[in-house]
Amino acid sequence: MKEPSTAEKPKFWRKPLDADRLQVPKGKVHIIKERCKGCGFCIEYCPRDVLGLSDEFNSKGYHFPVAVNEDACVSCKLCDLLCPEFAIYSETIEQEEVEKGGK
Amino acid sequence: MIERHPMDQLLREDRIPHIWCSGCGLGTSLTAFMSALQDTGISLDNVSVVSGIGCTGRVAGYVKLDSFHTTHGRPIPFAVGLHLANPSLKVVVFSGDGDLIAIGGNHFIHSARRNLDMTIICVNNFNYGMTGGQGGPTTPIGAKTSTTPYGNFEFPFNIPHLAAASGATYVARWTALDARRLRKSIHEALMKRGFSVVEIISPCPTLFGRFNRQGTGLDILNSYREQTVIQHGADPAKVGIEPGGKIIVGKFVDIERPTFLDVVNQGLKGKFGPPVEKPRAEELAIPSVDE
Ligand code: SF4
Ligand code: SF4
Ligand code: SF4
Repeated sequence: MKEPSTAEKPKFWRKPLDADRLQVPKGKVHIIKERCKGCGFCIEYCPRDVLGLSDEFNSKGYHFPVAVNEDACVSCKLCDLLCPEFAIYSETIEQEEVEKGGK
Repeated sequence: MIERHPMDQLLREDRIPHIWCSGCGLGTSLTAFMSALQDTGISLDNVSVVSGIGCTGRVAGYVKLDSFHTTHGRPIPFAVGLHLANPSLKVVVFSGDGDLIAIGGNHFIHSARRNLDMTIICVNNFNYGMTGGQGGPTTPIGAKTSTTPYGNFEFPFNIPHLAAASGATYVARWTALDARRLRKSIHEALMKRGFSVVEIISPCPTLFGRFNRQGTGLDILNSYREQTVIQHGADPAKVGIEPGGKIIVGKFVDIERPTFLDVVNQGLKGKFGPPVEKPRAEELAIPSVDE
């Protein structure tokens, strides 16, 4: 059986008291697929399960990640930090822009 | 269009992709270091990175900073020279366990003893990766390597204990998976006055992982999630890595002690001209625009 991903695991933390006043940041993830060596760190540890493994290969012969759930990205930048290849990064889309429907 | 990564401004892009294997933790360790360095706001012109030989030793060649790739085991002596010749530099030694603790072990303990003001980032993958996975002074007892096919019979060094006992002012250990805590810890180490040491436990799936059936780099990161326990302030003597045991991570030592140059300046006060002052890290920071 496949181990549940971080997002599927039971959550033990409580809801913050000011949850209604908090704004969840929105992010957009960028993948430089030619740099990827397919280690899967970003896919496994993305807390929002934004990423999945592509069926395609890059020119080095590795499967790279693709954003399968692009809108869920909160720009936590964990993928930026964990990627050993400088192959993925996220950008915070300003809250304002999101309201205007920008991406 | 060439796609660029925000970290590229700190990398020698012509040398990327780096040589590290898929699933190796070295790239993650380097990212943690570079983002910590950016967070400190230290002027990049005042930073020097020195590495020795080995997989980790490649770091000096990848960072777009003043850097030097020394001979095996000698990054610390080179760094000591840099620091003493120009005390305003922020000197960082980024190297592996084999380089710093085996071949360069003597330099490590004596620089800690003298409390030279520099930061040591030691990536520990429990073996000599680049030369084919030989056993080294950090290989856990019983672990298989290419030179210990029946398991390692030598007791390993416990790096935080070695550093703390030799006199380091800051000692922490994290795994490559603790990327955010690692970044914060490297930030603290960079701002610390004195000999600061950060050990990074990092997967080597190609050699150590393969000999010990640890699986892929991702499997090893997942195993850290089960095996690590955060214990800030733990006694460094008790954080040795036992086979099958827990890996204790955290900040173990954060003390104040006069540095070598402090003692020199004190001892020579009034004897020869003005003292050699080392500016504090805050003074090296770039002033923000609104100041
Ligand atoms: S920034 Fe965070 S949420 Fe977005 S893809 Fe990366 S890890 Fe996932
Ligand atoms: S962490 Fe980086 S190298 Fe690994 S799969 Fe993701 S993008 Fe590729
Ligand atoms: S041999 Fe080990 S330490 Fe060296 S690059 Fe490969 S995985 Fe990393």
